[in-house]
Amino acid sequence: MAIYYSNTHEYVKVEGNVGFIGISDYAQRALGNVVYVDMPEVDDEIEAGEDFGAIESVKAASDLIAPVSGTVVEINEALVDNPRLVNEDAMANWIIKVELSDETELDNLMDEAAYKTLCESEH
Amino acid sequence: MNREFYSRLIFELSRKGRRGYKHPDNHLEDVKLDNNILRQSPLELPEVDEPTVVRHYNNMSNNNFGVDTGFYPLGSCTMKYNPKINEEISAHPSFENLHPDTPVKAVQGALKAYHTLQTYLAEVGGMSEFTLNPYAGAHGELTGLMVIRAYHFSRGDLKRTKVIVPDSAHGTNPASAAVAGLSIVEVKSRPDGTVDVEDLKPLLDDSVAAMMMTNPNTLGIFEKNIPEIAELVHASGALLYYDGANLNPMLGVARPGDMGFDVMHINLHKTFSTPHGGGGPGSGPVGVRKGLEQFLPNPRVVKLDDGTYGVINSDTALGSISSHLGNFAVQLRALSYILSLGKENIKHVGPLATLNANYVKDKLKDAYLLPIEGVCKHEFVFDGLIDKSTGVTTLNVAKRLLDYGYHAPTIYFPLLFHESLMIEPTETESLDTLDDFISVMHKIAEEAKENPEMVKSAPHNCPISHPDDTEAALHPIVNYTELTANKEQ
Repeated sequence: MAIYYSNTHEYVKVEGNVGFIGISDYAQRALGNVVYVDMPEVDDEIEAGEDFGAIESVKAASDLIAPVSGTVVEINEALVDNPRLVNEDAMANWIIKVELSDETELDNLMDEAAYKTLCESEH
Repeated sequence: MNREFYSRLIFELSRKGRRGYKHPDNHLEDVKLDNNILRQSPLELPEVDEPTVVRHYNNMSNNNFGVDTGFYPLGSCTMKYNPKINEEISAHPSFENLHPDTPVKAVQGALKAYHTLQTYLAEVGGMSEFTLNPYAGAHGELTGLMVIRAYHFSRGDLKRTKVIVPDSAHGTNPASAAVAGLSIVEVKSRPDGTVDVEDLKPLLDDSVAAMMMTNPNTLGIFEKNIPEIAELVHASGALLYYDGANLNPMLGVARPGDMGFDVMHINLHKTFSTPHGGGGPGSGPVGVRKGLEQFLPNPRVVKLDDGTYGVINSDTALGSISSHLGNFAVQLRALSYILSLGKENIKHVGPLATLNANYVKDKLKDAYLLPIEGVCKHEFVFDGLIDKSTGVTTLNVAKRLLDYGYHAPTIYFPLLFHESLMIEPTETESLDTLDDFISVMHKIAEEAKENPEMVKSAPHNCPISHPDDTEAALHPIVNYTELTANKEQ
């Protein structure tokens, strides 16, 4: 499963034409304790570069920016009752599952190594 | 000194049948009330004797921290000392016992006070007229944006739906714009913390209603490009809004109206020494430049030709945003502050607030990371400790400060840095207080190196040390019934 990152700290893990979108480990650490995840609904269309929800921590509320376009096929219901899962393991606890509408968009994202360099430069 | 026993919840101190009062005998006939308006179960009230009530609440109040108990360097909040003469004036029976519906001819003195303050604020802000009706800063922002909308509507210009806000802005700016039914566009900051004019230019078109700015901004940096920004904003047909949260360093030195701002609000509870934090309520007067007065909310206080004061309502106003004339008792405190300082002394407020902030900043930058060099205004932001190897965060430093009896600075705002620690000393602190705070901050930096675990587990001397803020946000327990139900589970 290939993982891609955006410069706004979301990731998309790709399996076939399905993507699991969440926030990176770096992002969850910067946000601090997460208290609420505002998610779209199943069948909603999301567009790369546009916000598809929001995440609220004890420090701040931030928009979630879609790294890719597509249709939401599933949301992570576990986050409704327990948003802390994002802090426990951000990579395992994806936020939404989407059917990608344009796989070439992945070319605009970063791989693990490039993303690591970005995080180091931001600190 | 706190007594743990009396600091328990009042319900935990309750004993069945205990009481500290006795009703007088009832000599009147019983009145029969309909069953449908009678309670079916007894009220759940704590049963306590008088000394327990007094001790409980005194112990509670001793847990309180305010500007009357210690230094309160909470950045962006201007926690200056509130002179006691303000309280004396606002508590005067002639003001305190007024009813808001008293006929205008019987409250000429109160209206004169309102009008005088409004005139003084117009002078301080370089504006034409102020309304004192909004109840708080964010309420002022909303009122100001509604004035701007009313202005565009009056010109038949209905397509302006966007508000431009810098990425360093207070969260209230985008929130107020959203409540006013406008959408938000963010403009980026340059590395020196000021608005990036090149990033702003392409954002300005005929869909923009206003740009909101705080000057100095939330990093305590003066926006030097403000004349150019004002020109660009006005050329696009939009208005420029001044968020008065950081007016303090400008007091007596520079006026938003002279910088090209069209609409502004002032936080009386910041700049004009009226109580805030738990001691509010606030007040957020809104001022407008010449030509926008007719859009100010109803009712307005005006001075009539015969020298008396009137209260008017007009059709061009945006409507009403408060009942009556706002938080009058707070307005009186601000008027008292201005009159007791006087025209000459008020000029020292801004420069002394700026001097104090720069003094603290320069003394501490050897231990705390200063991301933006240069002279600041009334406040400044560190990006945590310079030495990040200890793992001690801004939150840990803030909590450790509580052990030393200081209120924590603002933390994790603005969002431009990861470990923001925002300090605003205000002009009312003595050199000795500042020096003591500086020595404590140095001591904490030392402790972070020598005993990081101790700093991370601070505070050690407070009644409450580490509340679970995530749990509190997720499942707040706000009354005793919920607490007991929770315990039984």
